[in-house]
Amino acid sequence: MGRGGRWLGEHLVLLLGLLVLVYMFVPIFVIILMSFNDPGSRNSYTFDGFTWHNWANICEPYQMCSSVGLSLRIGLLATAVATMLGTLMAFAMVRHRFRGRGAASLFIFLPMATPEIVLGSSLLALFVSSGSAGLLGFWTIFVAHVLFCLSFVVVTVKARLAGLDPRLEQAAMDLYANEWQTFWRVTFPLVFPGILAAALLSFSLSFDDFIITNLNAGQEVTFPMFVYGAAQRGIPPQINVIGTIMFLVALVVVAAGEVGSRRRTPQI
Amino acid sequence: MSADGHLPAEATESTVVDHSDEDTRRRGLIGYLLLLPGGAWLALFFIVPTVTLVSTSLYDPTGSLATGYQMTGHWQNYTQALSDYSPQLLRSFLYALTATGACVLLGFPLAYAIAFKAGRWKNVMLVAVIAPFFTSFLIRTLAWQYLLGDNEFLVSLLRKLQILGADGYLLDTPFAVITGLTYSFLPFMVLPLYASLEKLDPRLLEAGADLYASPVSVFRRVTLPLAMPGLVAGTLLTFIPASGDYINSELLGNPRTRMVGNEIQDLFAAGDYPTASSLSITLMVAIVVLVVVYVRRAGTEELL
Repeated sequence: MGRGGRWLGEHLVLLLGLLVLVYMFVPIFVIILMSFNDPGSRNSYTFDGFTWHNWANICEPYQMCSSVGLSLRIGLLATAVATMLGTLMAFAMVRHRFRGRGAASLFIFLPMATPEIVLGSSLLALFVSSGSAGLLGFWTIFVAHVLFCLSFVVVTVKARLAGLDPRLEQAAMDLYANEWQTFWRVTFPLVFPGILAAALLSFSLSFDDFIITNLNAGQEVTFPMFVYGAAQRGIPPQINVIGTIMFLVALVVVAAGEVGSRRRTPQI
Repeated sequence: MSADGHLPAEATESTVVDHSDEDTRRRGLIGYLLLLPGGAWLALFFIVPTVTLVSTSLYDPTGSLATGYQMTGHWQNYTQALSDYSPQLLRSFLYALTATGACVLLGFPLAYAIAFKAGRWKNVMLVAVIAPFFTSFLIRTLAWQYLLGDNEFLVSLLRKLQILGADGYLLDTPFAVITGLTYSFLPFMVLPLYASLEKLDPRLLEAGADLYASPVSVFRRVTLPLAMPGLVAGTLLTFIPASGDYINSELLGNPRTRMVGNEIQDLFAAGDYPTASSLSITLMVAIVVLVVVYVRRAGTEELL
């Protein structure tokens, strides 16, 4: 094997990996490009020319911004509730002994292993058969979103909590902190990055959900439902503006999280 | 991990140690109290609906939303659903399986590169894997609709290279649907694989090579067995959502690529709750059976 061959052998996996990453970004580039598209006709989804128009007039497509607003409201509310309930459950699972722990953890895992279409249809069956078909709307979407976010929150917070050294809390107690002080001054700050990660995951799951939402939304239209509807009629380029903004926000948040965790880890 | 007995005790330095030994756990009511609100939510909106779905699947199909349904234990809904929709059911599993295979092929080199070859770029690459996943699933699928379109670069290139005929196309084919499914669920393969590989001590790979194992047998005898938990988790996280998905089929496929999700959604939209419910239950049962058989064969029961 020559020098070039050996270099290739060493770096082949890296090259392949980078190619896969490029592939993962191809649609993102399309979305960013299309956010500047000046479409020739209403139904055309080809790049016909460059314009700032879409960025200056984001809310031009009828009902798009109100659907984004609805998704934001549901996302924030569902995230808050799911993060609270899930964090409590994670503490119970890691820090407490009780009968039926195994059953509880299976019970928490199951919703994650259920396909969305099944989860969505069972909720719809419940709402309809309990005579609340007329209630389908904001609150049924909220209930569904909390449900599917909950398991992800438990798993994320549990992982952080299980990795925590109990000696840190014991040290605090040795230094005469009571349980309350120990929790708020030691445990909670150490678990907080896990809770934050869980909340971010919840929000993005909720904001992006289509299949479950579509079954339980009644007359409401969330942003993914708007996109789906637009896909049948003709896609306004502003959809890609929202897509680009989502990507940029995600990039900043994820990068900030990485930097933050790198700064914190050396001390622990 | 099956090879645990042969590993040196300090082999996995970066492993997160589970400190929650039995003696640090508290007994008593507080555990139940903490579980109560979330558990109630799960019971009320996951267990109860599942029971409702089963009972809806046994309703008399001649009823309707307006006139109300009769509970008649009409199990023929299942035979009807199976005889009407078994092609879609089989197609769902076939597409999901192919997409999962493609995800393994794409995800393994990427996860391996991040874990062992990326050096100080590791975190950047991880961010790059996660960031696209946070961009709307539907908008990304629409981007694929554009990329695979008849007059776009990819099709023209393949036509020029004679891989596609002069009037060949990609959009609205099974290939497009599987491409979309693969793309949609790839991060779910990469992240668990990476988590498994990251814990793997590179010295074990060197040891294998020092003992005259070829790169292929190091991969087969050392890397792969140690990556197994990640591989199993990744395949499940890819296969399960892919087999229930209908967005890719709807936006990238044609009427003959319809998957079981499309049918369930349309049956619900048309108000045929009994058939939709029985098809939904059938999908769930089939997935559970497949997953249990798979996990048994892979020898990783402790994951569940």
